Amino acid sequence: MNILYDERLDGPAPALDRATIRDSLAKAIPDMLLLHREEDMRPFECDGLSVYRTLPLLVALPDSLDQVQRLLVECHRLGVPVVTRGAGTGLSAGALPLTHGVLLVMSRFSRILEIDPEARIARVEPGVRNLAISEAASPYGLYYAPDPSSQIACSIGGNVAENAGGVHCLKYGLTVHNVIKVEVITIEGEHMTLGSDALDAPGFDLLALFNGSEGMLGVVTEITVKLLPKPEVAKVLMASFDDVEKAGNAVGAIIEAGIIPGGLEMMDKLAIIAAEDFIGAGYPVDAEAILLCELDGVEADVDDDCETVRRVLEKAGATGIKQARDDAERARFWAGRKNAFPAVGRMSPDYYCMDGTIPRRELARVLKGISDLSERYGLKVANVFHAGDGNMHPLILFDANREGELAVAEALGGEILELCVEVGGTITGEHGVGREKINQMCAQFRPDELATFRAAKAAFDPSDLLNPGKNIPTPARCSEFRTIKSAANDTVSSALRGDVE
Amino acid sequence: MTNATPPRDHDDSAALAERIRQAGADGTPLRIVGGDTRYFYGREVVANVLTTHEHCGISFYDPIELVVSVRAGTPLAELEATLAAQGQMLPFEPPRYGMASTVGGMVATGLSGPRRPWAGSVRDFVLGTRVINHEGIEQRFGGEVMKNVAGYDLSRLMVGAQGTLGLISEVSFKVLPQPGAIHSLHLELPLDEAQRRLAEWGREPLPISAATWLEGALHLRLEGGPSSVAATRARIGGDDLDNDFWNALRDQRLNFFTAGSLPLWRLSLPHRAPSLELAGIDEREMIHDWAGAQRWLRADLDAEIVCRAAKAAGGHATCYGPRPDAVEPFTPLPEVLLKYHRNLKAQLDPKGIFNPGRLYAAF
Repeated sequence: MNILYDERLDGPAPALDRATIRDSLAKAIPDMLLLHREEDMRPFECDGLSVYRTLPLLVALPDSLDQVQRLLVECHRLGVPVVTRGAGTGLSAGALPLTHGVLLVMSRFSRILEIDPEARIARVEPGVRNLAISEAASPYGLYYAPDPSSQIACSIGGNVAENAGGVHCLKYGLTVHNVIKVEVITIEGEHMTLGSDALDAPGFDLLALFNGSEGMLGVVTEITVKLLPKPEVAKVLMASFDDVEKAGNAVGAIIEAGIIPGGLEMMDKLAIIAAEDFIGAGYPVDAEAILLCELDGVEADVDDDCETVRRVLEKAGATGIKQARDDAERARFWAGRKNAFPAVGRMSPDYYCMDGTIPRRELARVLKGISDLSERYGLKVANVFHAGDGNMHPLILFDANREGELAVAEALGGEILELCVEVGGTITGEHGVGREKINQMCAQFRPDELATFRAAKAAFDPSDLLNPGKNIPTPARCSEFRTIKSAANDTVSSALRGDVE
Repeated sequence: MTNATPPRDHDDSAALAERIRQAGADGTPLRIVGGDTRYFYGREVVANVLTTHEHCGISFYDPIELVVSVRAGTPLAELEATLAAQGQMLPFEPPRYGMASTVGGMVATGLSGPRRPWAGSVRDFVLGTRVINHEGIEQRFGGEVMKNVAGYDLSRLMVGAQGTLGLISEVSFKVLPQPGAIHSLHLELPLDEAQRRLAEWGREPLPISAATWLEGALHLRLEGGPSSVAATRARIGGDDLDNDFWNALRDQRLNFFTAGSLPLWRLSLPHRAPSLELAGIDEREMIHDWAGAQRWLRADLDAEIVCRAAKAAGGHATCYGPRPDAVEPFTPLPEVLLKYHRNLKAQLDPKGIFNPGRLYAAF
C-alpha cells in the first residue's frame, strides 16, 4: 500500500491552486516568509525518514506568534491543510508534507526565553534544539533529561509532537514526563495554555494528550520543561554474552535486584561489529550481544550499585564485564551505541529503522522471530535495543536502488511490528506513527478504537486540517490493509523470487 | 493485616458495559462509584449509581517487567500490599481516604502524595487503560509496555477526568522498587529559611523525596541508597522523625485536616510562588507540602478570592470542603480551554451519561 497520501484511502484532498493560495496568504500575512518555488521547497520535501518525499504546496517560515496565528486563521478559512515541522529529524514521516498542504516550519522560533535555576525550569520556543536546553542549563548544574539520539539536531517542539524518548527513559521518563506547560495556537487561531508552572492544572490533562499528538491537535508555540540536577557521577558497565537470550535475562535480573539503571542498552552481533568498525568503542566483536548499563546518582550509591550489577551480570553468564575507568572511556562506550545507526548505515546503502516495544520477557522470542523473518525476506537485520524499557530498534539493511528492495524492506518491517503487537507490545515506542506506520495501526487497534481517536481529533480540529493522513488511519485504509495483506505477501514473494533470479 | 479475606478476583466488565450501553440507549446519566471515598472531590452528580465494586482483581503483575494491571474496583490497599510483598510500590503515593478506596477512584481523581514533585504523579505512571465508552464497548489504549506512542494518549487523558469521558475499567501502571533506605528528619526552621534551603538543595542531586513545612518546622524525607541517605542525614542535621508522618500527611490524618470546620483548600502553585495575597491569612498557618508547590489552607474565604489569588501566583485552587452549594470546587477554566473541554466531552460522551457536571457545570 502506498505510503504517500492517497485520496482513495485517506480521504478527498481539496483541489488547491498554488498561486491562488500563495496570493491569499501573502495578502493576509505580508511580512511572513513564504516559499513557493520548487528549488526553494525541495529541502523540505521529507523529514528524517527520507525514503518518503512529497513537495508541499507552499512552505511558511513565520518568525512571530502573530504570523503563526494569522497563518492558521487563513488556512482554516481557506480549508488548506497544515503540516507542522520542527527540525525535520523525525523517523516516521510525521512531518512529510502534503502536495495540497502548507508546510509550517517552526525552526525560526529558536530562542531560549528563560532558564530559572531556582524553579528548575526552562521556557523555550519550539525550534530550540534538545541539547541546547541542557547546554544552557549546565552552568547551574542542571539538565533536561530526555535525550533522543538526534538530540544535537532535533527540536523540542518536535520532541513534544512525538513524545520523544532516548536512552535514559526508564529512569527519567519520556518527553511527556518532563514538559510542564505548553502554549498552543489552535487551527482556529485561538491561544491556549496547557499545564502550568505548578505541578498540575484544573480540568482534563490536555497536556498529556498533546504530547505525542504529532501536530494534529494544535500548533505548539512555547514549551516549559523541568530541569533536573545533574547526577553527581555516572558509571558504565559493559557486559558481553555468548547468547542473546542470556543478555535478555540479565536485564530482568538487574531490575529484579531493585536497581533502575540510568541507561540499559543492548546490541546484537551485527550492531556490535558495525559500531566497532565505525567508532572503535572497544566492543568485543566476538560476542553475540553486549549490554551497556549506566548507573548514575550520588557516588556512594552508584559504587554500591555497580558492585550489585557486576554480581548479577556474572551470575547471568556474562563472558566478560568491563567498567569504564574514566569519563573518556565511558563516553567511548556510549559513542558506539549512539552512533549505531550511522555505523550500520556504512554496511549497507540504506537502512530502515523499526521502533517496536515489547514486554522484555518476550525478547528471546521476538529476536528469534526477527531472525527468521530476516532469512525469509533475504535482508540482514541489526538489533539495537533500549533493553531497560523494551524498546527495540531493529535496523533493516537494504539497497533502495535495487528494484523492489524498498518494498521488501517495508514488508519485513511491517511484519516485525506486527510481531511486536502479537507478543503484547506496540508498533512504536518513541518515533511515532506518522505516515510510516499508518497501516500497522490497523493491526494494533480495532476499528472502534480508531474511531475514538478520530473523535478526540475532531474535538480540536473538526475539519481535519492539521496534519491530515498521519497517525490515525481511515476505515477505508484499514479495510484495504486487511483485505490485501495476503496479496501484499504474494507480491513480496515474487519480488524475492525476482531477486534470486 | 489480620484475618484478611482472600483478594476478590472477578471480571465484571461485560455487566458494566451492558449497564452503560443501556444508559446510553435510554439517555440516563450515571454516577460512577468505586469505594466512594473521594465523593468530596468535585461537584455532586445526581444520577443512577454504577459501581465498579464487582470488577476487581489484579489481572497481571510481573515485578521484573515493573508492570501491574489492575481492575478498577480493586482496593488500593490490596494493590499496595501486593506490590510491597515484592519490594515494589506506586511511586506517586496516592492518598487513601479509607480502606474502601479503589484503584479506579485513584486514577479518576489523579491525586498524588508527598513524593509527587520528585517521583511524578499518577498519570506519569499510567501505561495503559481499558475504558468502556459511551456505547458500552471496552476499548484499550496504551498497553503494558514502558514506551508507547501509537495513537493519541487517551490513557493519560483519563487520569483526573473523574470518569466524565468514560468508565475506566482497568489500568496498567509502571511500578518501581522501594528505596533501599529511608530516613525522616524534623528541622525547626522559620518558613522563609526553609524555602531558601529547599531551593538550594533542589539544585543538587540529594536523595530528598518529601519536604513539608508546618507548625514551625521543615519535615524532610530522604530516600535512596543507604550511603547517600546516611551522608545527607549527617549533612542536613535536625531531629529524627517517625516515617509514619508521611502516611498521616498523605491520608490527611494530621490534626490540621481532621480538626476544625473551616473549608479546606488545596493550592497548587509554582515552587517559588510568593506568599498569597489573601487578606487575614498568615502563611505560617498553612501546610507547605511538595517543597511549597502544594499548600493547604483552612479558611472561610470567598471562593473567587482564593481562586484569583492562586491564579495570580501562577497556580490554581481546589476546595475540598465543607463546601456551600454555590462554591465551585475547581478553579474556573479560561474561555478557550472550556470550549475544548466541552468539545472533547461531546465527542467522547455525546449523550452526557458519564458523571455529568462532576468537574464543571458546563459538562
